[in-house]
Amino acid sequence: MAKEKESSFKRSDGRKLNEMRPMIAKVGIIPNADGSAMFTFGNTIAIAAVYGPRKLHPQHMQNPQKAVLRCNYDLLSFSVSDRKKPGPSRRSQEISKVTEWALSPALDLNSFPNTVVDVQIYILQADAGTRTAGINAASLALAHAGIPMRDLICSVAVGKLDKNLVVDLTKEEEDFEEGEGATDFAMAKIANSDEFTLMQLDGKIQPEVINEVTKLATEACKQIYEVQKKALKDVVESNGGKK
Amino acid sequence: MRNDINEAHDAEEDIYSSGSDESKKRKVVVPGEVIVSGEDYLPGEGAKRLGENIISIRFGLAEELGRVIKVIPIFGAFVPRRNNVIIGRVTDITFYGWLLDIDSASSAFLPIEESPRFVNKNEMEQFLAIGDVVSAKIWSVKSKGIDLTLKGKGLGKLEGGFIFRVIPSRVPRVIGREGSMINLIKDKTGCQITVGQNGWIWIKGDNVDAEIKARKAIEFVTDKVHIEGLTDKVEKWFEENK
Amino acid sequence: MEISNLTKETLIRMFKEGKRFDSRQLTELRDIEVSYNVSNKAEGSARVKIGKTEVVVGVKMAMGEPYPDSPDKGNLTVSADLLPLASPRFEMGPPDFPGIELPRLVDRIIRESHIIQLDKLVIKEGEKVWTVFIDVYPINDDGNLIDAASLGAVAALKNAKIPMLDKDGKIDYDKDSKESIPLTKDISPLSFSFFKIGDSVILDPTREEEEAADARITFGISKWNGQYVINSCQKSGEEPLTQAEIENMMSVITKKFDEVTQKLKKYI
Repeated sequence: MAKEKESSFKRSDGRKLNEMRPMIAKVGIIPNADGSAMFTFGNTIAIAAVYGPRKLHPQHMQNPQKAVLRCNYDLLSFSVSDRKKPGPSRRSQEISKVTEWALSPALDLNSFPNTVVDVQIYILQADAGTRTAGINAASLALAHAGIPMRDLICSVAVGKLDKNLVVDLTKEEEDFEEGEGATDFAMAKIANSDEFTLMQLDGKIQPEVINEVTKLATEACKQIYEVQKKALKDVVESNGGKK
Repeated sequence: MRNDINEAHDAEEDIYSSGSDESKKRKVVVPGEVIVSGEDYLPGEGAKRLGENIISIRFGLAEELGRVIKVIPIFGAFVPRRNNVIIGRVTDITFYGWLLDIDSASSAFLPIEESPRFVNKNEMEQFLAIGDVVSAKIWSVKSKGIDLTLKGKGLGKLEGGFIFRVIPSRVPRVIGREGSMINLIKDKTGCQITVGQNGWIWIKGDNVDAEIKARKAIEFVTDKVHIEGLTDKVEKWFEENK
Repeated sequence: MEISNLTKETLIRMFKEGKRFDSRQLTELRDIEVSYNVSNKAEGSARVKIGKTEVVVGVKMAMGEPYPDSPDKGNLTVSADLLPLASPRFEMGPPDFPGIELPRLVDRIIRESHIIQLDKLVIKEGEKVWTVFIDVYPINDDGNLIDAASLGAVAALKNAKIPMLDKDGKIDYDKDSKESIPLTKDISPLSFSFFKIGDSVILDPTREEEEAADARITFGISKWNGQYVINSCQKSGEEPLTQAEIENMMSVITKKFDEVTQKLKKYI
């Protein structure tokens, strides 16, 4: 169904429907952190730092069975056109929480009871897909920090522009208004499995099309995993493993 | 020259000195990556079996020991184990002992009974004040916290010198096979050096230049990833940096 | 780890001999790197690295009302957020004193040097003016954040452009602007923070050295018509500074100003 329409629809930046923006991933950008990384989708730039496992205060927040995962996501004030006032917004609090849920299934936190693993994600430049870039950066930072994890987490936004399914929308595409308008579905999955850990949808989409969406996301995530893998290996091979 | 501390360490698992062929390049693997395929293999620490495959559950170096596949982390927090010798800094004095920061997620406690000699409850601060540094041994690791002792050869309050941090996973190579690396650095600089398993290192020399040189030599060692002929490289470094 | 007693004593000893762990002189600065364009959504932005310390600064502009006591001037607001990203010491939540002090110090350096021509940022006197927001974010704290942040603010201003307005007089951020933010020609203030440790005074400490400091004094300095001008100054910490120490700082600071200005000519 959607495949027949594929050929006639043109994306404003010339990408194919299932093509992501150029990705850049770099690990070890913040020397103080236990793990850190940068991940970009085109013009969207996210950086993440992991500190932990470390002591968690106050004590009543500790979990005697495993480490607590604490995520904080936010935009820098000048990452968006209309300056974002410093300080957490409702949106960033929500994204912080869903990011935590997106990452934790892959992590083995049982070996560090009563501690906290702090994940800090900041967006330097926003052009849609910020939470997905953030999750990709965080996943790298967690691996870099040596947190035991059964797999990396990959995240991408799949969308629908009118009736056309596309992967990795820009802000301009999110504002698409023709036909059925824009639908934007942010997803994350445990890289080499069929388990989705983040699903957030805004727009209009028929139930049967959801299956197409998950397939597209899976294909995209395979590519993201390769980018992440290379970024981690480059840390060891090039700069001598210095953090 | 005090050689005692390093010998007090257990031979720590080390990808660089496990006695196998030095030139064997171990494969860097990331979480979720397939290391090998086949029913014959067994997953060791840092790996797990998923159907046909052994996959990595850490970012590290995959190593094959017989049929067991392990992944040794390249980075990662210090995992405290009983009998580890560590270096810590006093952060608080309680009625029963001293609380120490040992750069671990768990809190570390030195009970007053574990001082090397008898310390009166009124003298606690005279013996160890906040900000003082000790080399201690981990006596027990519980989910509530770590207990330390200063009873043992080479343990106790450290005076003079300075402490600095290296990544814990690099500690084995700073020590070297049977202490070869650390002894080389001690010989060349004339410094006393204690290497804590938690990544904290104490250096004390006869003069500032020696102390700076010893630290730089250790940082030279920890900055490298490929360690073929590391001892030779360090010897050369000392020649070039007289 | 916070500094231990024995390390502090060793640092005091070392500085007395004029030595540092990274072989620098006491008033020698680490390598400084500046780059622009951290975010294409900012009106101007810069990234500054001093050694391993890294700070990003962005300039955003919006329209607003002037302050009642300056109806003929645009507004300037400097903020800084000590992101927990940058150091194991920074925590979430309301800022502690360093987090409150940092933006205020950067503000003073920018404001008192008059690098921004605020009187040229009036749209309608008494009613509508441009507000310049300078937002500072440390990315990695390895000491001397204040000087890095101030340099970043100046660099960000140097490449900042006033946003275009659409036909209704509203800001259109998507349009590429050609008009630079009005800056006073040839003014580039710099910040130099001197740290006292024991009896020695150093510049550009690493985090380890900074933790041993007993006092700090930060100066904002610029050059007007060939004349050095100190625009701002703030001392913090419990230890007093002697007259001799201050006099020495004044002779060092002018040399350092010239040195840094020359090196970073391209950016500031």
